[in-house]
Amino acid sequence: MKKTKLFSYVDNGTIIHKLSGLSKLICFLLLTFASMFTYDIRVLLVLLLISLVISYIAKFPFKRYKLVLVYFMIFMVFNFLLNFLLAPNYGVEIFGTKHVIYVFSDHFTLTWEQMYYQLAKFVKYICIMPLGLMFFYTIDPSEFASSLNGIKVPYKACTVFALALRYFPDIQRDYNNINLAQQARGIDSSKKASLTKRVKNVAKILLPLVFSTLDRVELISNAMELRGYGKEKKRTWYSYRRLVKRDYLAIGLCLFIFASVLFMRFVVVKNLFWNPFI
Amino acid sequence: MKEPIIEFKDFSFRYYAQKQPTLKNINLKINKGEKVLIVGLSGSGKSTLGNCLNGLIPFKYEGEISGSCKIKGQETRDLSIAELSKSVGTVLQDSDGQFVGLNVGEDIAFALENDNVPLEKMKPLVKKIASMVDMENYLTRSPMELSGGQKQRVALAGVLVDEVEVLLFDEPLANLDPATGKTAIALIDELQKKTDSTVVIIEHRLEDVLYRHVDRIVLIDDGAIVIDDVPDNVLASDVLIRHGIREPLYVSAAKFAGVKITPEMHPSSIDTFKLTEDDKDRILNWAKSHANTKTKNKQVLLKGKDLSFSYDGEQNIIDDISFDVKSGEMFAIIGKNGAGKSTLSKLLVGFEKEDKGQILLEDRDIKDDTIYERGKEIGIVLQNPNQMICNTMIYDEVAYGLKNGGVKDEEIKERVYETLKICGLYEMRNWPISALSYGQKKRVTIASILVMRPKIIILDEPTAGQDYRHYTEIMEFLRKLNNDGQTIIMITHDMHLMLEYCDRCITLVDGKIYYEGLPSSVLVDENITQKANLKMTSLYDLAKIVKMEPNDFTQSYINAERSLRHEKD
Repeated sequence: MKKTKLFSYVDNGTIIHKLSGLSKLICFLLLTFASMFTYDIRVLLVLLLISLVISYIAKFPFKRYKLVLVYFMIFMVFNFLLNFLLAPNYGVEIFGTKHVIYVFSDHFTLTWEQMYYQLAKFVKYICIMPLGLMFFYTIDPSEFASSLNGIKVPYKACTVFALALRYFPDIQRDYNNINLAQQARGIDSSKKASLTKRVKNVAKILLPLVFSTLDRVELISNAMELRGYGKEKKRTWYSYRRLVKRDYLAIGLCLFIFASVLFMRFVVVKNLFWNPFI
Repeated sequence: MKEPIIEFKDFSFRYYAQKQPTLKNINLKINKGEKVLIVGLSGSGKSTLGNCLNGLIPFKYEGEISGSCKIKGQETRDLSIAELSKSVGTVLQDSDGQFVGLNVGEDIAFALENDNVPLEKMKPLVKKIASMVDMENYLTRSPMELSGGQKQRVALAGVLVDEVEVLLFDEPLANLDPATGKTAIALIDELQKKTDSTVVIIEHRLEDVLYRHVDRIVLIDDGAIVIDDVPDNVLASDVLIRHGIREPLYVSAAKFAGVKITPEMHPSSIDTFKLTEDDKDRILNWAKSHANTKTKNKQVLLKGKDLSFSYDGEQNIIDDISFDVKSGEMFAIIGKNGAGKSTLSKLLVGFEKEDKGQILLEDRDIKDDTIYERGKEIGIVLQNPNQMICNTMIYDEVAYGLKNGGVKDEEIKERVYETLKICGLYEMRNWPISALSYGQKKRVTIASILVMRPKIIILDEPTAGQDYRHYTEIMEFLRKLNNDGQTIIMITHDMHLMLEYCDRCITLVDGKIYYEGLPSSVLVDENITQKANLKMTSLYDLAKIVKMEPNDFTQSYINAERSLRHEKD
């Protein structure tokens, strides 16, 4: 494959794929919130393990998302460094102890506390990342729309979302065609041109893109109205899947994980951080 | 006495944005169970008439109405789009754009979803309707995995779920290759019989619709009904030609030969068309008198050598093909949707790079040229002018390519003016592009490529969605360029176009060249037409009737038509 699309739902029939969209959404939210509620590295590592196990079960094709993952890791490393540069003593503040590793200057002192804090943050992100990717990889977009509607999001907002996914590849194709046709007439939006020039050139592509997209929007809205869209306050969803045993099981499991995290956070550790330094 | 299901009475309509009414004093009755074909040029008001039936007028496109338009006895203006959609099902021209679901089942179910039909009722119903259009095995497919014909079937199923009484088709053939178009017309016919519905087809490809029986033809020009009669009567008169609609080929061939067509000869279909022995002789003699073929014998300008290309590294979209385009030729690339035509053109202009093989322009491998460098040699005009136009004024748009190339201002001006004159746009040079019609926009995009003086111009479906008059306008313009020595490559599934205008063609089937040679020989070979999803023209049948070699007969027809055009010039 030369190109990978970020939102490319592939149904490869794993148990994760078979879950209803609604339960996928709920599980995704529960696990994400779970990892947001804590900086306890033990808990985060367990969550990371869980999210990797889910990816494995869903046969998530890490290879295909290599580029996305590489960019993400670069961003994370950059973030890690920036964290240190901006607030090198935050770790010390949080944990109240100071175990020095190396002194660059008075202000920039590398401490175990800081490293531990940043590592926890790092783990937290990389535990959410596969979950997010997985979510888009395993959910049928229209089923997602119906699940959103299931958690009381207004159906028009849900259709907008589904339509965006439906026409995203089309508009992407339009963009490519326009871009190439422009290059054929001497517009250079490749890396050879200077940045300001490139920005200007991209703006030139937008005009035809907007016009051809407007055409499309008119057509779609006609097509929808002609089939009775928007006349009722409610609508049903063809791709909605009723919750079955495995859905309740999955939701139950995620609820348990979520509750355990909260338990760890508020009852056992009683702090956002688990402090190994005392 | 049958009851009318659609009834226009002294009906006029004017869009608020326009000064003149688009529909003038329409009186039209369509009875239950009838099949009516509405023909007319773009801008004649035929689509407006269709929009009056489905309620887009006046609810979406507002304007001033006088007179009455009733569906099942009810004034449409007292209903709503949603209410009308229960009686009138509309299948739009662009079956890709109107595919609102993410898969087939969901798209068919769309109207049911909006009606809050519960899931357990919806699923079996969708399945049942899908099987009516032979799509029951494709319910989980996404629109990207479907062919144009299949998408249209889905669109049709999407309105059939409502059990509508009137089926309205807005240019159903515009985006289909010839064979698929034929199947579509047959399907519409079958469904009408099965469901007992009334069918209104808006289309300017008359001959293709007449492939199956039609009760009446309504011709609209300039917002008014010109004729409303049975096909035999309409074809016997010369009213179609006078109003810019193309007659079936066999009818115009007979008319060329001087045969007087009467309704009694049943000209509405080649199968019913009755010719006396006298008529046949006349046609044969006429054909023989035009039977000289001159082939241009020129140098090779562009050469494709053992080209292969694939998007995914697995399936070759272009599979080891070789061909020559000669200097000064009008060259056609034909084949069904998805055969690799567009991909081939992308390779030629460098939008994609071949995996294997070479493209030689005047014996030079152009592999390492940038897209712009190639653009100066081989220009491409995309199908949709809106995808190319990026300036607001005509002059700027045409000058764009030269400006980017750093050409001096005086030279730009000179070349732009010269090109605008060739393209008949000189008078409008200071107009904003938004003031132009679709056909004029198309000409602007051609001008914007022509101004770069490329050795070859590639046009992707230059006449898609154009009626016969605009089609002729664009094609005659291209022919003039070609006569001045411009080499032109056209990608098309319009068989008339290829027959009439092209010197040579290649036929692509699954990325391979299935035929290379004279256009007149393609459409008379059953093997090729079947493989490539093309359609034999009715000239083939007429040739058999008058007992002449179809290949030669077709060539004679092209010659006759060409010389007729030359006389006009």
